[in-house]
Amino acid sequence: MSETKKTYWKGLAQLKNDPNYVKHADKEFVDLAVAEDPGHSRRDFLKMMGFSVAAASLAACEAPIRKAIPYVMKPVDADPGIPNYYASSYVNGGDYCSIVVKVRDGRPIKIEGNSLSSVTLGGTSAQVEASVLSLYDNYRLRGPKKGETSTDWETIDKEITTKLAEIAGKGGAIRIVSNTVLSPSTLATIAKFKEKYPTTEHIQYDQVSAYGILKANEESFGASIIPSYDFSKAKTIVSINADFLGTWISPIEFTKQYAITREVSEDRREMSRHFQFESNLSLTGANADYRTPIRPSQEGLVVVQLYNLIAAKAGKGNLSASIDKVEHLEKAANELWENKGSSLVVSGSNDKAVQVVVNAINELLGNYGVTINRELPVNFRKGNDEAMLAFVNEAKEGKIGGVIFYNCNPVYDHPMGEELGAALKNIALSVSTSYTPDETASASAYMAPDHHYLESWNDFEPKENTFSLSQPAISPIFKTRQAQESFSIWAGGSNEDYFSVVQANWKNWFYDKKDGLDFQAFWDKALYDGVFTAPSEEIKISAFAANLEAAASSISSNYKASSNSDELVIFEGYGVGNGSQANNPLLQELPDPITKAVWDHYVTISQKDAKKWGITNDAEGFTQHLTLTVKNKSITLPALIQPGQAEGTLGVALGYGRTKVGAVAENIGVNVYPLVSLLNGSLNYSASEVKVEKASKEFQLAQTQIHQTYMGRESVIQEATLAEFKENPKAGRDEPKITQWDDHVDASSLSLWKGYDYNNHHWGMAIDLNTCTGCGSCVVACNVENNVAIVGKDEVVRRREMHWLRIDRYYSSPEGTAINDYDGLEKAAENPEVTFQPMLCQHCNNASCETVCPVAATTHSTEGLNQMTYNRCIGTRYCANNCPYKVRRFNWFKYHDNQKFYQSNPAMNTDLGRMVLNPEVTVRSRGVMEKCSFCVQRIQAGKLNAKRERRPVKDGEVVTACQASCTSGAIVFGDMNNPESRISKLLKIDNTKVIKKEDGTEETVFNYSFDKKIGNPRAYRVLEEVGVKPNIFYLTKIRNKDKAKENA
Amino acid sequence: MQATSTIREPLITGGKTVRDVSEDISRQVEGKPTSLWWIAMVVSLVLLFWGFYCLCYQQWNGVGVWGLNKTVGWAWDITNFVWWVGIGHAGTLISAILLLFRQRWRMSINRAAEAMTIFAVICAATFPFVHMGRLWLGFYWVFPLPNTWGSLWANFNSPLLWDVFAISTYFTVSLVFWYMGLIPDFAVIRDRAVRMGHKTRALVYNALSFGWDGAARTWSRYESVALILAGLSTPLVLSVHTIVSMDFATSVIPGWHTTIFPPYFVAGAIFSGFAMVLTLLLITRKMFRLEDYITIYHIELMNIIIIITGSIVGIAYITEFFVAWYGQVPAEYYAFYNRATGPYWWAYWSMMTCNVISPQLFWFKKIRTNLVATFVLSIIVNIGMWFERFVIIVTSLHRDYLPSSWSMFHATIYDVGEYVFTFGFFFAAFLLFAKYFPVINMAEVKSIVKSTSEKKH
Repeated sequence: MSETKKTYWKGLAQLKNDPNYVKHADKEFVDLAVAEDPGHSRRDFLKMMGFSVAAASLAACEAPIRKAIPYVMKPVDADPGIPNYYASSYVNGGDYCSIVVKVRDGRPIKIEGNSLSSVTLGGTSAQVEASVLSLYDNYRLRGPKKGETSTDWETIDKEITTKLAEIAGKGGAIRIVSNTVLSPSTLATIAKFKEKYPTTEHIQYDQVSAYGILKANEESFGASIIPSYDFSKAKTIVSINADFLGTWISPIEFTKQYAITREVSEDRREMSRHFQFESNLSLTGANADYRTPIRPSQEGLVVVQLYNLIAAKAGKGNLSASIDKVEHLEKAANELWENKGSSLVVSGSNDKAVQVVVNAINELLGNYGVTINRELPVNFRKGNDEAMLAFVNEAKEGKIGGVIFYNCNPVYDHPMGEELGAALKNIALSVSTSYTPDETASASAYMAPDHHYLESWNDFEPKENTFSLSQPAISPIFKTRQAQESFSIWAGGSNEDYFSVVQANWKNWFYDKKDGLDFQAFWDKALYDGVFTAPSEEIKISAFAANLEAAASSISSNYKASSNSDELVIFEGYGVGNGSQANNPLLQELPDPITKAVWDHYVTISQKDAKKWGITNDAEGFTQHLTLTVKNKSITLPALIQPGQAEGTLGVALGYGRTKVGAVAENIGVNVYPLVSLLNGSLNYSASEVKVEKASKEFQLAQTQIHQTYMGRESVIQEATLAEFKENPKAGRDEPKITQWDDHVDASSLSLWKGYDYNNHHWGMAIDLNTCTGCGSCVVACNVENNVAIVGKDEVVRRREMHWLRIDRYYSSPEGTAINDYDGLEKAAENPEVTFQPMLCQHCNNASCETVCPVAATTHSTEGLNQMTYNRCIGTRYCANNCPYKVRRFNWFKYHDNQKFYQSNPAMNTDLGRMVLNPEVTVRSRGVMEKCSFCVQRIQAGKLNAKRERRPVKDGEVVTACQASCTSGAIVFGDMNNPESRISKLLKIDNTKVIKKEDGTEETVFNYSFDKKIGNPRAYRVLEEVGVKPNIFYLTKIRNKDKAKENA
Repeated sequence: MQATSTIREPLITGGKTVRDVSEDISRQVEGKPTSLWWIAMVVSLVLLFWGFYCLCYQQWNGVGVWGLNKTVGWAWDITNFVWWVGIGHAGTLISAILLLFRQRWRMSINRAAEAMTIFAVICAATFPFVHMGRLWLGFYWVFPLPNTWGSLWANFNSPLLWDVFAISTYFTVSLVFWYMGLIPDFAVIRDRAVRMGHKTRALVYNALSFGWDGAARTWSRYESVALILAGLSTPLVLSVHTIVSMDFATSVIPGWHTTIFPPYFVAGAIFSGFAMVLTLLLITRKMFRLEDYITIYHIELMNIIIIITGSIVGIAYITEFFVAWYGQVPAEYYAFYNRATGPYWWAYWSMMTCNVISPQLFWFKKIRTNLVATFVLSIIVNIGMWFERFVIIVTSLHRDYLPSSWSMFHATIYDVGEYVFTFGFFFAAFLLFAKYFPVINMAEVKSIVKSTSEKKH
């Protein structure tokens, strides 16, 4: 069979043997679309669209994850919701306070004074109270840095150690620069460092130096010390430019002592008399009985004149410098002499010569051993101005090999800071241990951040043989390291933690087996108490021996009795202080006790000079700038007209003009440290020959109080002189009467309301206007305790600060102003008397706010509290309008989680800052009213505690935040239904009433009525005539003056 | 009912017949809007929308966008509230009290006056709402609604709550009264529409007139209801502003705490209301050519009421000062001293000039019968009355008891914006009313046409 050779083609393509066909010949079905690529198919499109829609919606729906992780193993002392308290110490340079830290859920949220301390005696200050927020400062360094780049500890340790060894090997000078170091263990660590690198020198300096006192005491007594002062024993106090209640040496301690001498009652009709000679109106001057404005250039001469007046009485010779009559000086001298041995003369001067003469005055008066204790020197200011200047000069000359700045910021806060900053570039090794990248840290090559003090272990010796500990209240938030450990590592030592070092030191230094305690028990007690006093050794102080004539001639050449030039006075403010805590909004928004200005840097000028320079301050803080030129350095600042400012002087505060500081304090004011000069080897915080020019720029200052006088309203401020008070304890009381058709009756006796009883507690408060110094620590304490929003300058200018507690400061009007001369009363006197009045919700029993709220959001409790229900508030503001005390605060905006308030209110707008908020107090939303609650969360905690222990609440168990922070003890809070409570005793409340029974007999029963009979003749309710019957009583202000309304 | 004195001038001039009345009034409703109307409407809408933006901005960001502060918690908001409520009073007075007193001249002005009342009360009511910090809760918490919060309820002690009742009652009664008067007139327009073959219009106005049949029995019921409502409204004329004044009078703030407020506020309200009626009617009269219906005689009578109430207000101002001096309560004394001489002296003296001095010009017949003078003065009076409330609220608050808290208030653009919002609303609403509703009560006017509008030969 022949094979058929027939071929069947699939098509023409096969016949032609088309390469395109051959390529796909093995496929059964020809893919017709091979030649054309359609790109993305419809299905792709659908897939992609589906994916994107799903992805977009998933991304949009994603809820922020907030992790709340329960403890697997609960730490022993941490109970959620229950605060722990740790004794510790606040130290900032040489400023010291023994404190108790309140820790909730591992976060420090509040600081209070430690009453076991023999130094600060349980007091605090605004800066101490505010420092808890600095822990959560967003500007803090997150870890070590080399220049601008973050690195780790191993790297910088290696580099620093190598460089130190190199420098030491070449014999180059190494310097450790710090502020006053109070810590003995730190000094021991530095000493070890010095052993390793023998070319090391430790230089201490202070932003506001007291080197003049150290030198004067060395000359007078052979010991370079600052003695302890005891104002509580002084019957006559004379202060020449020493702001001892505000900033000088140890203000917390002095405030405590001073308050003791200012407390008067029916039974104790005596108080100290305080003379103040100063240029700026300081907090201390505002509290003085007699105040004389002097120029800084007269300061030395005033001191010499005082010496001469007293020496004349003591039968000693005159010194050769003199000044004409200084108002009140002779009177002061007479009274000092009368109260020999129980008087005190202090001077804020940093001039050795002046301090020598002050020493001589106190010696003549026999004050040593009584009001001044040389045997118990204090360590708050150990800075050596000369050594520091020498260091800066060496640095400039390139003689320094390496420098470590231990928690100090001289580039900002030293007069030659700018030159130092420039010189640092040429120094082989520069390290800063500051916890923020401040001016000095930024100028240094390495940043090796220390812990915040609330994260660290340390020990301190504020006074000779008086010690205290600080312990961490939180584990370090960032990768910071205790500076002492850094020193130890750089010195090649072991990286033993500093806690063990401190403990070991204490074992060596203080542990005394004789007590029978084992060391652990001794240590635990010291740590629990936070303070420890070592047995003191006898200190030998030689008798007073100084060349007074030399001092006097130095004074007569440096000071002038009169001058035509304008003079600058540089001082430390009460809010941001020396500037180290400038980035703390609590302090920026703390009204200056005197000027009531916030967020601003300004120059204070006298009323007369204001006229001369054409400066006008209107009621809303609009002002003009002044340019001050001191030795070719100029600064331009807005001017604030300050009653009481000495004519021809200008006051400017330190602490502003920080450049590397964080969002809060950026661009506020100018740095005036460069204007500080040198006099007799120490820093001089004044300058003469100041050229003043008005600059054209307008400015608006933010002040929380824009009306300065109390307009003669005696139902607001009730005051008397001591002489009047001695005659009549009711002196100064204004008891408003109401005229009925036939009679005059007490305003308080008439009411539309029926009255009611408080059958359980009846909370009340008494505020002593005489012991209140106006310092403002209560304001900060209240802000921290109650999560009060900080609103920033713009909102303060709109008069919307949120403070629940404010301190009203009133100046007296010019002498002889008639009570109906309203325009006259509006003006403050040239050198006014000053009154401070803390003002907070008065918790009225017939509260005018409660009746007007349409939704009953503010109501009265059964314990006398006027309470605010935020949830219920709809924000009509009627309550605030109808409040005679204007203490209610409205949330005009959302102050939390709002970028608009990021800069001013980090505590509510940053994750870090929020950690400071008190979980027991609601953060208020926008549109609701808020106000003082008498710290109702503390009342509740106290009551619950008592209930758990099945007992009544004890007096003193419930303490409001303001009361706790009040160093002078002016605020007393308690249960007025408890006859044994401090407030009942202070107000002399008569808790009984007589009722008539049906059978005609009378019976005395306990009086639970809201309207208690108050027996203290000094106690008054502000605006008694309105009839709202507050639960807060004020005690009259008593001035120790010879006659009323005498010019201060 | 036909007891008209023949000596009187006719109330309606131009020899109008009943048919003329229907024709003249309905013409506005049936015709196309004039260009003047359009211009006015556009201006009103611009104000409305800009004001609405300000209102939204304020609600979104918080009350802080206004110029208020810790001391001055109310300023433009409550000033505007009281001012608008006051304006509303003239409408009620005209429709109720003058009806009871058989003042026939009220007939050609009551419709517009009542419409003004309704819109003014709506404008007024916006302020208590938007001034709240939390409107989203406050708008219903202020009403005593049943709820599950236990004893938490509205606080009946609060004058603000009294306001809620006063204003809502006032608004309801005024609205019903006004609408009831409109019913026969809607029927007229419906009937004309049927005749002219406008089906839609006939349908709409039939619905609006509730199928009014014009039977004698219907008329009789209509008149009795009118009388009853007039009786109900009469106390409201006095009560609403009395209660508004109690927001201040029951407080403890010097300058607010005054027993003279209720009569003083009521007089002021009528004073400002009549001024506003004049402002509006003079425009309407011109725009719709209603000179024969709203005559010089009407205007003169209203001006006389302005002199009377203005003088009462003036006496009240002086009495306040006298009592402040006579009482010798220091805070009170200072509050009034501060009003006249303090930082807000300009507001006080603006008030005195506008409210007390300027209306005295109406003693001159030439002035009170002059249209331009009346128009200008009517606006001046309303400016003065706005200042009166501003003076009472702001100058009393800004310096009260404790000098430490004394401060100043400065208005912001948003304060102004929300005031403008209410103006936009008021005029837009009034223009819509004037275009689509009969602006003069035809039914009532017809009753006075025959007897009073004979042509003089």
